Amino acid sequence: MTIAWQTSGVLRRLPTPEAASLLDLTHEVATKELRPRADEAEAAAYFPREIFTMLGELGLMSLPYAEQFGGGDQPYEVSLQVLEELSRAWMSVAVGVSVHNLACFPLANFGTDDQQRQWLPDLLGGGLLGAYCLSEPESGSDAAALSTRAVDAGDDYLVSGTKAWITHGGVADFYNLMVRTGDEGAKGISCLLVNADTSGLTAAAPEHKMGGNSSPTAQIHLVDARVSKSRRIAAEGAGFTVALAALDAGRLGIAACAVGLAQAALDAAVQYSGVRVQFGRPIRDLQGVSFMLADMATSIEAARALYLEAARRKDAGLNFTSIAAMAKLMATDSAMKVTTDAIQVFGGAGYTRDFPVERFFREAKVLQIVEGTNQVQRMVIGRSLGRG
Amino acid sequence: MKIAVCVKQVPDTWAEKKLRSDDSTLDREAADGVMNELDEYAVEEALKLQEAHGGEITIITMGPERAGETVRKALSMGADAAVHLVDDSLHGSDALATSYALATILTGRDFDLVFFGSESTDARMSVVPAMVAERLGVAQLTFAQKVDVDGTSVTIQRVTDYGFETVVANMPAVVSVVEKINEPRYPSFKGIMAAKKKPVETLSTVDAGLEGSQLGLAAAWTVVEDFAARPPKAAGTIVTDEGDGGVKLAEFLATQKFI
Repeated sequence: MTIAWQTSGVLRRLPTPEAASLLDLTHEVATKELRPRADEAEAAAYFPREIFTMLGELGLMSLPYAEQFGGGDQPYEVSLQVLEELSRAWMSVAVGVSVHNLACFPLANFGTDDQQRQWLPDLLGGGLLGAYCLSEPESGSDAAALSTRAVDAGDDYLVSGTKAWITHGGVADFYNLMVRTGDEGAKGISCLLVNADTSGLTAAAPEHKMGGNSSPTAQIHLVDARVSKSRRIAAEGAGFTVALAALDAGRLGIAACAVGLAQAALDAAVQYSGVRVQFGRPIRDLQGVSFMLADMATSIEAARALYLEAARRKDAGLNFTSIAAMAKLMATDSAMKVTTDAIQVFGGAGYTRDFPVERFFREAKVLQIVEGTNQVQRMVIGRSLGRG
Repeated sequence: MKIAVCVKQVPDTWAEKKLRSDDSTLDREAADGVMNELDEYAVEEALKLQEAHGGEITIITMGPERAGETVRKALSMGADAAVHLVDDSLHGSDALATSYALATILTGRDFDLVFFGSESTDARMSVVPAMVAERLGVAQLTFAQKVDVDGTSVTIQRVTDYGFETVVANMPAVVSVVEKINEPRYPSFKGIMAAKKKPVETLSTVDAGLEGSQLGLAAAWTVVEDFAARPPKAAGTIVTDEGDGGVKLAEFLATQKFI
């Protein structure tokens, strides 16, 4: 079944009528609640917790997960388009939803039945916000070199170390910690799901960033934090596999956020070029500008098509690791280019903070870095070539 | 308690509205369709009364197939069932024809209250609720900013230019609401999923027992003979302050009846 959904210049084909209703709801909430608040909140580096609470109440924070635990049972094809529409209104919020979904992924996909029954309804219920902690100050792209240590203390681990670049660091209710329980390398890593109020876990002051300032990023410091072994997701030593699987899905989220952000930049450029008159007509009617807009629109549709193909492969149970990396790579590079060109369409006005396109440009940059730099994406894609 | 809420799909409030060149009616294809904003307040008020007093809410709409989106939204917000009158012969119906169609659907259906938004953002006449009440022979309580139900009577605060009147009527009654009355909820994802299973009765004009001669553009009591695009904004009045700016401002406001 194909349902056509069209709003504000974006045409989508959706698999079900309820997906269309879901996109209607998303578009309405994005337009009425997110977009009007975004400029001011970003300028003030204000973290809008109440927006996440509202999205949670509406059921938009846990769409890809099982209905029996409070999720929406939606295919990635649908949940990612919801994310894209959120990002079109406010990228920081969409990235927050994506990171929350990333933080739910280990328990939802690798937890035991008991663990899922016990904690998953809370994680998916909409009231809690999650964070995902893989990177460290000395271990970024080389994630398997992480050094945060979980020492065996009977029924518990004592965890010490520093996690870096943590989205929602200091505001999250729970953290997925990738820690070293064994030897060096990928096979010595385990995944722990810990509460924010765990003694010995503290957040540093938020980083001063170039953009995305409504989404706090901070280090997480762990000093002999006591975590019950019952909170380990999957076997000891399986943590890196869990982390990478979560990132495969998470990358699709970032790709969708990038497309939404680029769409917002195009929306703004199309609107402005329709009212800005030079040489006696709207600049949109000048070929030089019109061709730029055409290239921007083409690049956005291509990125959208690629992340949706990746999502449909995931939904069908096919391997999607490489194409997810391609989607993240292409969508975020496209967002960088499109937001740069949007400023060009605005001219001098685009370089001022009176218009949102300079903010979109600053926000695009981080998407080329998070959840695997675009160089790491190329590594993932390169490795998959010539194998089967 | 049985509540009916009449809702209408209109072009997106913020979109530029256009008339069709062939028959001078509203071009509904030219813009996204949304539920008329004031109707959301009507649905919300019905839901609040249902939460307080129990009962059942039926959504009633008249409009093209696409208006089914608006029906689904109202069901997603929490209404229980819907009736959708859809028929090509309805195209171009005026307020009289609309009230005839809605009143005919409501007749024979058991209800205590019929809610409306006090006007639609496309036609903006505010007459359909009153016309429906008249056709049904029940009380009309229009422009409500507050609604209370007590046993067999309904009390509203009716907004006027200078304040409000308290109006009481026996039920059944027709109530139209203004935007001050509440803050409409968004449908939740759970609500969207639940709406899939709710009954929607689709009626043609024949099914509804309507007479074709009273419907559509041909039966309309008004005719659009000609139309033109909205003229560009004229320059405003500039009051130059020569020491008497305050007086001049007050005089201007007085001529506009603001003070």
